[in-house]
Amino acid sequence: MGIGVLAITKGTFGATKLLFSPDEAKKLKVDLKRTPTYCEVCFWKCAGWVYKTSEGKIWKIIGNDEDQHSNGRFCPRGTGGVGMYYDEDRLKTPLIRVEERGKQVFREVSWDEALNYVAAKMKDISSKHGAESMALFTHGSGSTYFTNLLKAFGSSNIAEPSYAQCRGPRDEAFLATFGEEVYSPETTDIRDTKCLVLIGSHIGENMHNGQIQEMSDAIDKGVTIITVDPRFSTAAGKSKYWLPIKPSTDIALLLAWIHEIIYNDYYDKNYVEKYCNGFDKLKEHVLDFTPEWAYGITTISPDKIRKTAKEMANASPAVLIHPGRHVTWYGDDTQRVRAIAILNALLGSWGRRGGFYRPASYVVPSAKTPKYPEPKKAWTDAFPGKYPIASSPVSNALIDASIPENKPAYLIKGWIVNATNLISSIPDQANTLKAIQNLDLLVAVDTMPMEITGWADVVLPECTYLERYDMLRISPHRKPAIALRMPAAEPKSNTRSGYNIARGLAVKLGLENYFPFEKQEELLDWQLKQSGSSLEEMQRIGVKTKEREADDLYFAENENVAFSTDSGKIELYSKYIEQAGFDPLPKYTVHEEPSEGYYRLIYGRTPQHTFGRTSNNPNLTDLMHENTAWVNPKVSKAWGLVTGQYIWLKNQDGVISNFKIKVRVTERIRWDSVYMVHGFGHGQKQMKRCFGKGASDTQLITKVLTDPLMGGTGMRSNFVTFVTEKSEKEVAS
Amino acid sequence: MRYAMAVDTRKCVGCSDCVVACQTENNVPHGFCREWVVETMNGTYPQLEIEIRSERCNHCINAPCVRCCPTGASHFADGGIVLVEHNKCIGCGACIASCPYDARYPHPEGYVDKCTFCIHRIKIGLAPACAAVCPTKCIYFGDLDDLNSDVSVVLKKRKSKTLIPEAGTKPQLYFLI
Repeated sequence: MGIGVLAITKGTFGATKLLFSPDEAKKLKVDLKRTPTYCEVCFWKCAGWVYKTSEGKIWKIIGNDEDQHSNGRFCPRGTGGVGMYYDEDRLKTPLIRVEERGKQVFREVSWDEALNYVAAKMKDISSKHGAESMALFTHGSGSTYFTNLLKAFGSSNIAEPSYAQCRGPRDEAFLATFGEEVYSPETTDIRDTKCLVLIGSHIGENMHNGQIQEMSDAIDKGVTIITVDPRFSTAAGKSKYWLPIKPSTDIALLLAWIHEIIYNDYYDKNYVEKYCNGFDKLKEHVLDFTPEWAYGITTISPDKIRKTAKEMANASPAVLIHPGRHVTWYGDDTQRVRAIAILNALLGSWGRRGGFYRPASYVVPSAKTPKYPEPKKAWTDAFPGKYPIASSPVSNALIDASIPENKPAYLIKGWIVNATNLISSIPDQANTLKAIQNLDLLVAVDTMPMEITGWADVVLPECTYLERYDMLRISPHRKPAIALRMPAAEPKSNTRSGYNIARGLAVKLGLENYFPFEKQEELLDWQLKQSGSSLEEMQRIGVKTKEREADDLYFAENENVAFSTDSGKIELYSKYIEQAGFDPLPKYTVHEEPSEGYYRLIYGRTPQHTFGRTSNNPNLTDLMHENTAWVNPKVSKAWGLVTGQYIWLKNQDGVISNFKIKVRVTERIRWDSVYMVHGFGHGQKQMKRCFGKGASDTQLITKVLTDPLMGGTGMRSNFVTFVTEKSEKEVAS
Repeated sequence: MRYAMAVDTRKCVGCSDCVVACQTENNVPHGFCREWVVETMNGTYPQLEIEIRSERCNHCINAPCVRCCPTGASHFADGGIVLVEHNKCIGCGACIASCPYDARYPHPEGYVDKCTFCIHRIKIGLAPACAAVCPTKCIYFGDLDDLNSDVSVVLKKRKSKTLIPEAGTKPQLYFLI
């Protein structure tokens, strides 16, 4: 190596000064062409650079140092995002379902034929049943375009499973309490927190990049982490306290903490007095919820409950009881997250350093389009009065409204499903399939032949994020910022970007006025020029960050804050929820327990994969290609199970997993639960690498506890047992 | 100059980002890796401890792989980095057998491959790909002879250990505990 050209200086190694000539740099190929992108492997949307080889082949993806989401460091899924592009099992051309000799098959068609087919069917549904009988299920960046299309078509039935299958209860609970949600990326000020409390949130296994980075910074600064989880998660391994709670009893623990914090005068009196409403009612409500009371429910000792309450109080207001993200567990989830929100309010962490910061957004104008037609019916009209506080359409309600037996006030007859594999993302698969059987049209837009595409009438293959422009990323953060995604390569095969697909459909439907720019880059350039930049500049820098207009990341001392609640204050006691007909203060409710020989099925994330979306990615299957069933040694002994042994799981309704799963015997899980990573056990043969690898938790989630407040599907409500012999499985099925 | 790496086991979450970043950076074929993640657990429920380590070649001062290489393909580069010269390597596998850390793999193209500390990157002042990508910033890299380098500073400040020190290889991959 050329020793003379290198000088290592102190400080961050990456910032070391270079002492070589530009010619040497060229020889070393450091000047490779790079294009900006933001990641689409998960919802964190980290901005980075796609590097290409001298032959112009996509080589690697590296974080953009200016990006607040990634700070220049991508996560394993983002780094492995190249595999999404290279995956040879990708969808390649539009497909239409046809019947040949009594057998249903897909026929490869041109884009023109596919779009004509979809447009004709949509018009047909609209004339027979009304435009609102078309629904959209969507996830990710393409949502903007298909939402625009559906609204222009006359339907507001647009649901993201990320609401009712994931973060919905959290958003509603924080809206009810603080008048504001926690956004994405969450406004959690983890980097400066002194006490981080994780309620089932497994940061480090869920790879929410910015949060992991900040948790790591906080560890360096000596943070106290308290992890509440029936499983010894990675985060539990970094924690001062692990509270191995009995599943489904979190609200009891939270109420006991609230009790401790109020009755020991640990709460932030000035903050509560100035900003909060309903303290006295809360105090009265939690009077009997002592640590001793909670002990009998949660199995967490009173001593530990007291100690951890004191830890939180000591750190206040730099304490963060994390709101979580996937919180649809037991059907009383809004109430559980309400208890979390209340705890944060009592400790004065909302709007304070080390608690929750105030986000700032970059303002970019939208294209001028005609007014949308007023939909004749909204999703709420299908089942009037159901899920009264849901602020977004509920995916499972739209599915239920597609089934005539449910007697909805009107029937949904057509679905566009964009970038979400409903078979894997929505629990109770039988219900979803029943709804599909009643549809006149199912269009699936995806990059991969996911299970949902197998049920579609029309499959529209989208190119990956590495081959397309998309809308600017304008997520709120500490500083206002935008990020650009541009293609690093031409779309592979006969695939198209989501924008082109949605616009193509709009043209066929006579709705092109709603997509005034033929090419997305024209729209981007227009938007950017309106807001002090340009496409050319963004192509060069990828991310543009502005300073905040005011120094208001946190509340100023004694600031008069107007909260967007009915009372203008933080609502400890929620009149809003009371008016909707539910408990204004969270209560603990008893949940069903597993019968003998059954164990509660708990699922979670792994840092190498995003849901079931990445299961076939060659780079990521290389890191993890199947999930395992975590079983406590006490349980494995009783069943004679050993690590590495393949078994099947059977749930309380007799459903046996289609595929076998490896046992992992570990002390890291309670004896009353079995844990598995979500997103495996794919049954679509076209995805060759992941077909039949591991088991699908979704398949085993047949019992759903729906949150009556907002429609969230509680999914930790199922119990499994072990099937060890294949013959036993065959007999049962 | 003496290059070394320290991995903070208190921060590492075992996400394998280092593994995949190394694979893409160095065009490691699917099915192989130059680095890997190890998780060890001690205790019984509920008194548990886990240690997570991002592991790779230890770039030993007394490297058995260099000693046993019949062709001289395995050698020390500047800063003590243990490298394999692909052209000289006959793929005999003696080095693979001699390595107590199992840090080498037979590349399908017929030579033995391993971690290079991303020498091509450090030559131009960049951190190795694993250290540059790690979301937890748990990988510290630098020159032990420079007392102000990241790795020197963190090793001075924190307790650390090496793996299989009894093998006498003087490994230069440290784990902060």
